[in-house]
Amino acid sequence: MKFFTTLFAVIALMNGFAFAAQECDVPASLLSSENEILRVAAEVKNKHRLDIAVVGTGSSALPGPDGQNFAYPARLQEALRQVLPGTEIKVVSQIQARQTTADMAAGMKKILADDKPALVIWQAGTFDAVSGIEPDEFSTSLIAGVDAIIAAGADVVLVNMQYSPRTEALLNVSSYADVMRWVAQEHGALLFDRLAIMRYWNDQGIFDLYAATKKSDMARRVHDCIGRALASQIVEAAHLKP
Amino acid sequence: MGGHLFRGLSFTSLLRVQAMAVDPESYATLRRWLTKPANSKAARAEAAALAAASTPTPAPPVQKLAGGRDLRLDLFRGIALWLIFLDHIPENIVNLFTLRNYGFSDATEIFIFISGYTAAFVYGRAMRERGFIVSGARILRRAWQIYVAHIFLFTIFMAEIAYVAATFSNPLFAEEMNILGFLKQPDVTIFEALLLKFKPVNMDVLPLYIVLLLLFPPVLRVLLWQPAYALAGAALVYVLALHFDINLPAYPNGVWLFNPFAWQILFVFGAWCAVGGAQRLTGLLRSRIVFALAIAYLLFAFGITLTWRFESLQAFVPNWLGEFIYPIDKTNLDVLRFAHFLALAAITVRFVSHDWPGLKSPLLRPAIRCGQHSLEIFCLGVFLAFAGQFIIGEWSGGPLVQTAISVAGILIMIATASLISWYKNIEGRSHQQRTTAPPANLAGGEA
Repeated sequence: MKFFTTLFAVIALMNGFAFAAQECDVPASLLSSENEILRVAAEVKNKHRLDIAVVGTGSSALPGPDGQNFAYPARLQEALRQVLPGTEIKVVSQIQARQTTADMAAGMKKILADDKPALVIWQAGTFDAVSGIEPDEFSTSLIAGVDAIIAAGADVVLVNMQYSPRTEALLNVSSYADVMRWVAQEHGALLFDRLAIMRYWNDQGIFDLYAATKKSDMARRVHDCIGRALASQIVEAAHLKP
Repeated sequence: MGGHLFRGLSFTSLLRVQAMAVDPESYATLRRWLTKPANSKAARAEAAALAAASTPTPAPPVQKLAGGRDLRLDLFRGIALWLIFLDHIPENIVNLFTLRNYGFSDATEIFIFISGYTAAFVYGRAMRERGFIVSGARILRRAWQIYVAHIFLFTIFMAEIAYVAATFSNPLFAEEMNILGFLKQPDVTIFEALLLKFKPVNMDVLPLYIVLLLLFPPVLRVLLWQPAYALAGAALVYVLALHFDINLPAYPNGVWLFNPFAWQILFVFGAWCAVGGAQRLTGLLRSRIVFALAIAYLLFAFGITLTWRFESLQAFVPNWLGEFIYPIDKTNLDVLRFAHFLALAAITVRFVSHDWPGLKSPLLRPAIRCGQHSLEIFCLGVFLAFAGQFIIGEWSGGPLVQTAISVAGILIMIATASLISWYKNIEGRSHQQRTTAPPANLAGGEA
């Protein structure tokens, strides 16, 4: 009897794992690794450590006192530790709500000097779209920030907007997404296409992003999946796949 | 050009800017590149516009106004209204079939050109028969009607956002919900909307139309006197607007999505065609060389738009070409967009003549009806796009729901246009019983 209970528990657990894997499923085409991130590769291979700074605004955080533990920067750290055992992974969050990209670009030098990251994950665009910053101005600030990061010898991953079907009619993020894709390609950054990935999850019915809820559980699962997807894109683009 | 290069680009066009040969490490080079085509494009535009305007002006062509209304205008304006409705629903599979996926220009160009044409057609006759004051007053009344329609749409829009603000909350989208922040100061928002500075997504065309009509009485006066002067003046304003980066301010910041100082060229060009310009272009339009050039340009534009959709094709766009054509700016009516519209128009006119029997066919009547009541149908289209988007979201509608909503929307537009025609008809009859002269609007449609 005990044997069957254990077997049942194991099967249930495996199903749970399978479900979690399926939930975070992202097609490979959405995780581009066109631009290599060589600094990350070198750090991991030679020094067995990886220092990451996540710079971003409100959509890189979750509300609540323990929100930080569930937001994607923390989940990314966890996911990377699982994929890269033996490497010391440290993810520092430099998240502050209500910053434009110009604000973040201005603060970038200090972050680079203080944290000395090998990789900067820069989430941008949403607050610019909300506050109606011209895409041209957004582009200028983004290029300035990316250039500063590369000049400091670090790699860059740009994270674009979330897919938010409820506010789609009010907030047109596509031109900002276009700018980010273009800047990433022209300036040697990697783009994490959060917009397309979340749209895919919504279209596949993996997450109902249209649903109204006051609870944080779906938001936490989405952030967990984003953290994992980011981790696999980084591992792929740095050719660290075991 | 500097302030809003990217603003009006179509969804994917910026993506393709990578095709250009930017020195990857130098930001300064990028800036140079971004400003250079602006100037060279302005120069190209100037040359083209001057060439168009320098045609000699013999006898006043006003007599042409007396002819019957050209049903082709209503037909294509009706189709343009359908396309605008479809394009305004994001996440709509039917969008794949709209004009903007097959070339540089889209339904907006058709709408503004035909609006200019019909404005000159209707008010030009009035100006000739009743003078500047009466016709000018009627144009301003039309602008007022459009203003009221715009504010009506704005009210619906506010209702939609207020609903979203009241019912939707999700910790995942806390940052995005900041967009509803302006509900916290409705006084400022409503005031800016009344000043036409606050224009939510998809509500940019009517303010453009209002400004174009406000400035139209003197333009029409010049058009009836010396059409070429009016066209040359419009071309000059276009070039100056592009060169000196002149646009109207928007709220909370930025500029108008459709720069009226640039888009007026299309409106005045339409008006110029209505007062005899079209006749003057007949020879040009019959020429085989023009036909071949138009076909070649449309194919070229189609090829370029294909590279926006299929990234693997981008390798076929050489760097020098990318440098030459990008960015294709919608805000300032890029010369490439204008040229694309002209090529489309040249080919359409060749195949669909004024007395084409198909224009009387019942199959095309729905589109013609919609085109004849363009203001009402445009507003309805914006509202239906809001509503359709809402339904697609609520039901998380797949391609089937999207298609059903697109078809239903167009059917509602047709039914409404028919209803308005019926109203006009009965009101026109009782009006005619009292007065002998029918109003100019009953010539078959509105300006």
